Amino acid sequence: MEPIVNDFSIQVATVNGSGSQTANTVLLRALFQMGIPVSGKNLFPSNIAGLPTWFTIRASKDGYIARRRENDILVVMNPETAAADVAAMGPGGVIVLNESIKVPPIPEDRVVYSVPMAKLMEPITTDVKLRRLVINMIYVGVLGELLGLAEDEVESALDAQLGRKPKALALNHAAVRAGWEYAHAHLEKRHPHRAARMNATQGKILIDGNAAGALGAMFGGVTVVTWYPITPSSSLVESLIGYLERYRRDPETGKATFAVVQAEDEIAAIGMVLGAGWAGARAMTSTSGPGISLMTEFTGYGYYAEIPAVIWDIQRVGPSTGLPTRTMQGDVTFAYTASHGDTKHPVLFPSSVQDCYEFGIKAFDLAERLQTPVFVLSDLDLGMNNWMSDPFPYPEGTWNRGKVLGDAELAQMPRFERYRDVDGDGIPFRTLPGTRDPKGVYFTRGSGHNEAAQYTEKPEDYQRGMDRLAKKFETARTLVPEPVIEDQGRAAGIIAYGSTHWAVVEARDQLRESGLALDYLLLKALPFPSAVADFVSRHERIYVVEQNRDAQMAGLLKIEYPEHAARFRSVLHYDGLPIDARSVSVPIAADETVATVAGVPEVARR
Amino acid sequence: MSDGAPKVAAAAAKNRVGLTRADYDGSKSTLCPGCGHNAITAAIIQAAFESGLEPHAVAKLSGIGCSSKTPAYFLGHSHGFNAVHGRMPSIATGVRVANQSLLLIGISGDGDTASIGLGQFCHMVRRNVPVVYIIENNGVYGLTKGQFSATADVGSTMKGGKPNDLMPIDCCAIAIELGCGFVARSFSGDQKQLRPLLRAAFAHKGTAVLDVISPCVTFADHEGSSKSYAYVKEHDAPLHDIEYVPYYEDITVDYEPGSTREVQMPDGSHIYLKKLAEDYDPTSRERALGAIHEARAEQKLITGLLYAEPGLKPFEDELKLVEAPLATLPLESVRPPRSALEAVMEQLKTGKGLTAPAGGG
Repeated sequence: MEPIVNDFSIQVATVNGSGSQTANTVLLRALFQMGIPVSGKNLFPSNIAGLPTWFTIRASKDGYIARRRENDILVVMNPETAAADVAAMGPGGVIVLNESIKVPPIPEDRVVYSVPMAKLMEPITTDVKLRRLVINMIYVGVLGELLGLAEDEVESALDAQLGRKPKALALNHAAVRAGWEYAHAHLEKRHPHRAARMNATQGKILIDGNAAGALGAMFGGVTVVTWYPITPSSSLVESLIGYLERYRRDPETGKATFAVVQAEDEIAAIGMVLGAGWAGARAMTSTSGPGISLMTEFTGYGYYAEIPAVIWDIQRVGPSTGLPTRTMQGDVTFAYTASHGDTKHPVLFPSSVQDCYEFGIKAFDLAERLQTPVFVLSDLDLGMNNWMSDPFPYPEGTWNRGKVLGDAELAQMPRFERYRDVDGDGIPFRTLPGTRDPKGVYFTRGSGHNEAAQYTEKPEDYQRGMDRLAKKFETARTLVPEPVIEDQGRAAGIIAYGSTHWAVVEARDQLRESGLALDYLLLKALPFPSAVADFVSRHERIYVVEQNRDAQMAGLLKIEYPEHAARFRSVLHYDGLPIDARSVSVPIAADETVATVAGVPEVARR
Repeated sequence: MSDGAPKVAAAAAKNRVGLTRADYDGSKSTLCPGCGHNAITAAIIQAAFESGLEPHAVAKLSGIGCSSKTPAYFLGHSHGFNAVHGRMPSIATGVRVANQSLLLIGISGDGDTASIGLGQFCHMVRRNVPVVYIIENNGVYGLTKGQFSATADVGSTMKGGKPNDLMPIDCCAIAIELGCGFVARSFSGDQKQLRPLLRAAFAHKGTAVLDVISPCVTFADHEGSSKSYAYVKEHDAPLHDIEYVPYYEDITVDYEPGSTREVQMPDGSHIYLKKLAEDYDPTSRERALGAIHEARAEQKLITGLLYAEPGLKPFEDELKLVEAPLATLPLESVRPPRSALEAVMEQLKTGKGLTAPAGGG
C-alpha cells in the first residue's frame, strides 16, 4: 500500500464536556511540533455537557489549513452519534472504535480498529469519574502508534497541557501509554496514513483568532474594554483580560492601565465604549450578531456625533440564537449600515489570525482618525479555532490618535468649531472633556447640529452635515486596509474575505490542477478601496465567495459598481460549518468550463 | 438661563475659584415657561457656583426627554453629552472610567430613568459609578406628554380619563435597595432644600441619586386628573389644544423641616410634601425605606436626604486604576514592551505556560 504521508484529516466524535479537548490539543500540538502543518476545528454544541461534539484535525504537508469536507480517520467515542458518524465514512475510511460502543455492521472496505478502551483504563485508576475523562488519552496513544507520531512530541505536548498538575499528568500519561502499547501489540496496520517529521512549522505559532485579536488590542493600547458574554465572542475578552492582567497591571502597586467592565447588556457595553471614546480613551467592545442588533441605536449615534469606537463582531449563525456555535459571514450588510437613517461604518475583515492581531491595533487608529465606530468582523471559525501562523510582529512606530486639540493648540486659535471641516478631508477636530480653554467646550448631541455643534433644525445645516460625513467616508476609503491582489491579467477572478480565504487558497490550487487559473482579490475592508474598482474593471467574470445565503458582499459590490454588476457570480456556503475548498472549486470549475468552452455570451448566463 | 433665578444680587460676587454665578449659566431654556425643570436648572447653577465647581472639570450628561435637554441650559463652559433615550448611565460609566477627574452631572427624567432606562439606572447604582444623577420627575401626577410614566401613582388619570392602576416605581426606594450611598428627594420649587442637596451630591464619591419632583405645566393641564391621594379642584377650562402652552408662575415652596406642605400643581391637583425632620437619621437603609413607605401610606411624598453612606467604595476603586486618566495615558504606558510580545509568541510556539485561556467550549 502506497503510504499517504502528512496529508490526512482526523475527526474525533465525542460528547461535550467529556474532557476530549485536552486529548485533541495534544494530538494537534504533537503534529505541529513534528513540523507538519495542522489546523484544528471544534464543532461543538451550545451546551455545557452531554451533547455531541466533533473535533477535526487536519494535517497537510502542502500547508492547507481550511476545513476538509471528508475525513480519513474517525475516532468513535460517542454512542449517540456512532451509527451516523460511521455511516459518513466512505470506502477506505479508517475507524478507531471504542469497543464498548455498539455500531451497525461496517462494510468490509472500511478499516476498523476496535480498542477495548474501558478495559485499558481499569488498571490506570479506580475512580470512575476520572476514567471517563482520561479515557480520551487512550485514542491519543492508539493514533500515535497507528500514524507513527513521534513519542517525544506527544509527551511534550501532554506536558505543556498538564505539566502544572503532576497527578493528572501521570494519569493521562499512563492512558496514552496503554493505548499506544495496545495498538502496537494488537492492531495490524491496514491504512496508508502516516505522520513523518518535516520542517514546515518551525518558528510558527498556534493561536485562535480571538486571542490574536486580544493581543492586538493590548498592543494597540486599549484602555477601556466593555462586554456582555456571548458565544463565540467571549473568549476574545477573556483572553484580553488574561493578557492585560499580566502585562498592563503594575505588579508592585497593583494599579492597572486598563478597565474591563462586564456590562448588563450590549446596549450598555456600547454606551460605555462611546462614553469612554468621547472622553478620549481607546475603547472597544466585542460581541456577536445578537449583540450588534442591540448596539445599533448607539452605533448610529456614534456615527452622527462622531465618536471613536471599536466593535468586534465574531459572527455566528443567525438570526436570534440561530446556531450560536456555528460559523457564518452573515453580518456584512448589517454591520456596514447599522442603525437608522443614513449611516455607514468602516468594516474590517480579518482573514487570518495575524490579521486579527494587526486589525486589533489598526482599528483603534482608524476609529480615532475617522472619529467613528469601526467594526471588525471575524467569525466563529477564525475566532475560536486554532490556526497556524507566523509569529506576530511588534507594532512599529507610534499610534495615531486623530485630530484632538488640547489647551496648547486651542490657545493659538481664535475659535474652535467641533464639526467644521478645516482640512477638506471631512474629518473635523475634537476636544476632550477636561479641556480648560472655554473655547474648546462643546455640546454633543444626536440631534441636528451645525459646524459649531449648536442645536439646529435648519434643512441646509442638516444636509451640509450629512454631506461632510459622506466626504469623511471617502477619506475612510483611503485609510482602511488595502486588499491583497494576485492579478496575472486573467479573464476570471475571485473575490473573498475573512476566514473564507483559506478555502480559496486551496481551491485555486485545485482549479489550477484542472487548468483553470483565476486571479484573486482578498478584500480586507469596507468601504471598498479604489484597488477593488480596478480589479473589478479588469475581470470579465468575478466569483465572490462568501459564507452567507444572500450573497451580501456581492450585493454591495453590485451597488458600488453598477456598471459591472453582470460580472459578479456568487459562490455561497451557509450550512454553519466552515467552508471547504471543494465547495469553492467545484462550482467555479463548472461555471468556468461553460464560460470558456461553450462560449455562451456573457449576458445569457446568470 | 432659566426663569426666576436670583441672579441680579449674586452677579458681582465671586466664589472660591474666582468665578461669578453668570459663569455657570448655559444657553436660554427652550422649555415651557414655569416648567419645574427650569427651577432645577437654576438650582444647579446656584449650587455649582456656591460649591465653586470648576466648569472644565465637569461633564454634563443626559438621556432623552424634556429633562435631558436641560444640560444645555447650565454650565455652558462644561462639555455636554445628550445621549440616547435611557442610556445615559452607560455613557457616564464610560466617561468615568476614561477620566476619573471629571465630575459628572447626569440629568434624566422619570421616563428616561424608570421606564426605558431602568436597567442601566440600576446597574449604574449597583456599580456605584460617581455621578450626580438627577431625575427631573414630572410623572408624579401621572402625565408625561399625555402618556403615563412608570412613576405615575395608582389612580391618577391620563388625558383621556383612563386611570392608572399600575404600581409606581419609586426610584429612591430602588436606589436604596441597590446600595446607593446618597439618595434624596426634593421638589423643584424648594430651592432652599434643593441647593444644599445638590452641593452635598457634588461632594459625594459615588452615585448620588436625586429624585426631584418637577411639575409639568403643559401636558398636565386637563380635567379629570383624579389622583388617589390628592384633592383635585374642579376645572372649568375645556381640554386644551396640545399646541397651547399656558403660562404659569414658578411654583415655589418654603417650609420647615418636619412639616408638611400642600402644593397646588399646574393641573389644579395638589401634592403633599413632607419634609424630613431635622433629627432624621439618614444612615439607616431600613429607616429610609420605612420613611418612603410611611409617607406613601399617608399619600405624601417625603423629601430630604433619605439615605447617606458616604464611605462606600466608588466604582473605580474596584478597577484599581492608575491615577492619571486612562484617556490621556501616553503610548509607553499602554503598549507593553517588545519583550512581552516575544514572551507570548514563545508560549504560542510551544504551547507551554499560555497566559490567556485558549478559545473553545
